[in-house]
Amino acid sequence: MKYILLMNTMKANCEPLAGWSQKAFQAHCGFMIAIDKELRESGEIVAAEGLSFPDQARLVRADKDGLPITDGIFPEGKEFLAGFWIIDVETKERAYAIAARVSAAPGPDGKPLNMPIEVRQVMSGRPSSGS
Amino acid sequence: MATRSWEESGEYLLRELTPQVLATVVRRYRDFAAAEDAVQEAALAAAVQWPRQGFPDNPRAWLTGVALRRMADYVRSETSRRHRETEVARPEESVPLETEDREDDTLTLLFMCCHPALTLSSAIALTLRAIGGLTTAEIASAFLVPEATMAQRISRAKQTVQNSGIPFQLPSADERSQRLRAVLHVLYLIFNEGYTSSAGPELRRSDLSHEAIRLARIVHNLQPDDPEVAGLLALMLLTDARRLARAGPAGELIPLAQQDRSLWDKEQIAEGIALVSAALPKGSVGPYQLQAAIAAVHDEAATDSATDWPQILALYDLLKRMSDNPMVALNHAIAAAMVHGPEKGLKLIEALQSDSRLAEHHRLDAVRAHLLELAGDREAAIRDYRSAAARTASLPERNYLLTRAARLASDGDA
Repeated sequence: MKYILLMNTMKANCEPLAGWSQKAFQAHCGFMIAIDKELRESGEIVAAEGLSFPDQARLVRADKDGLPITDGIFPEGKEFLAGFWIIDVETKERAYAIAARVSAAPGPDGKPLNMPIEVRQVMSGRPSSGS
Repeated sequence: MATRSWEESGEYLLRELTPQVLATVVRRYRDFAAAEDAVQEAALAAAVQWPRQGFPDNPRAWLTGVALRRMADYVRSETSRRHRETEVARPEESVPLETEDREDDTLTLLFMCCHPALTLSSAIALTLRAIGGLTTAEIASAFLVPEATMAQRISRAKQTVQNSGIPFQLPSADERSQRLRAVLHVLYLIFNEGYTSSAGPELRRSDLSHEAIRLARIVHNLQPDDPEVAGLLALMLLTDARRLARAGPAGELIPLAQQDRSLWDKEQIAEGIALVSAALPKGSVGPYQLQAAIAAVHDEAATDSATDWPQILALYDLLKRMSDNPMVALNHAIAAAMVHGPEKGLKLIEALQSDSRLAEHHRLDAVRAHLLELAGDREAAIRDYRSAAARTASLPERNYLLTRAARLASDGDA
């Protein structure tokens, strides 16, 4: 069963490195790298990506000719997707356990951030061909 | 076209030979994990060389020779790496090199690949590679995961087999029937994975349903007197026979009742019916034979309205007595509704609502929706179709359930 783990964060928290010591930041990165390695070795990873900071994000809509209109102003305090993992696991409980591991990544004070991780099952069957 | 069919036959031969060659190498070196790698490399070498240089006179001896050389290379490099020979697999010189068929070999390997120490997903992957002869890339693509992930899963599975010290021999007679059930369960899951993830005419080389049928056929040839093996093969054939009718042009699911039966594969149906008809009188009736018999009753009906529901209900009665599976109880309720009316089915379903194994399952809501629709309770049917749609993890199925709900809703507007 495939699940996507969505790591959401508030825009206000995304100021690059605000309030983080070098040591705390390195501990955080080391933690994420270790999880990545674990999931690769267990044969459970399908994809994992980190995303650019929200100030780089643009909302795109089509205008009346189908051409893109971009919009880049987002309210403070809005939630942003910082990154995601897609995993293929035996049980829902295993997906939750991995999400809890990710959630506990160390923060600026070295204590677990306990970030909320949204867990959603990935549907099987391709939408286009129906197969 | 000629080239293509040649390549196909070469590939077929390669995959038929995979378990036999693997058994020879495992018996000689007693290192399942390394032997499996060596055989896969030999098969890849054959896939490159045979189309260019033509078939060797004895393909099996050719493959065995290449695999044994790879194995010898591996042992040599491991030996120099460890500076010690003690821990490294060494050929058992006393074991004669056989290139004769040893029928039990494939079965012994199957028991190893479906060992209870493995998780089901590992057993599935290992079976497809070691017995099915599929490449890691093909298995990865069938399960829509990256090749590196599948490679890791297979390598861990092999390590588990290695570490548990399972000897390369058939399980004892006491154990065998239980272990065979585990093998059949793995093959059944491979079939289902293929069946639910693909419908319609699109066929891939590594099509899992067809691979499961091929493997079930191998087991049936090895255990022709086991009625449950025959039952499983029959169930697969009778279900897969409806493949072309299961999906519309846009890939949308078409339920059994509305399928164009002229698209069903009559040869496959005939083979499945013959298998299950021969198995049932042997007196050891099991769940696969009963499910095959039910599929056969559906397949024999020229039209949906000609379906012999009383017979299907009788078969589900038997199946329900034999297994505690709530899905069986759910299907039994459908059959009861078709014989005695939707109210009877709804009543039976009510009793299932407290079953925790079904509580969050979309099938319960989907079946109730269907029966409510038959009973003419439109509003309730729409509600249950939508709730089933929210719970299924299959996109085509969700689209189907939402379409049913939307159609009922617009009927009301008209």
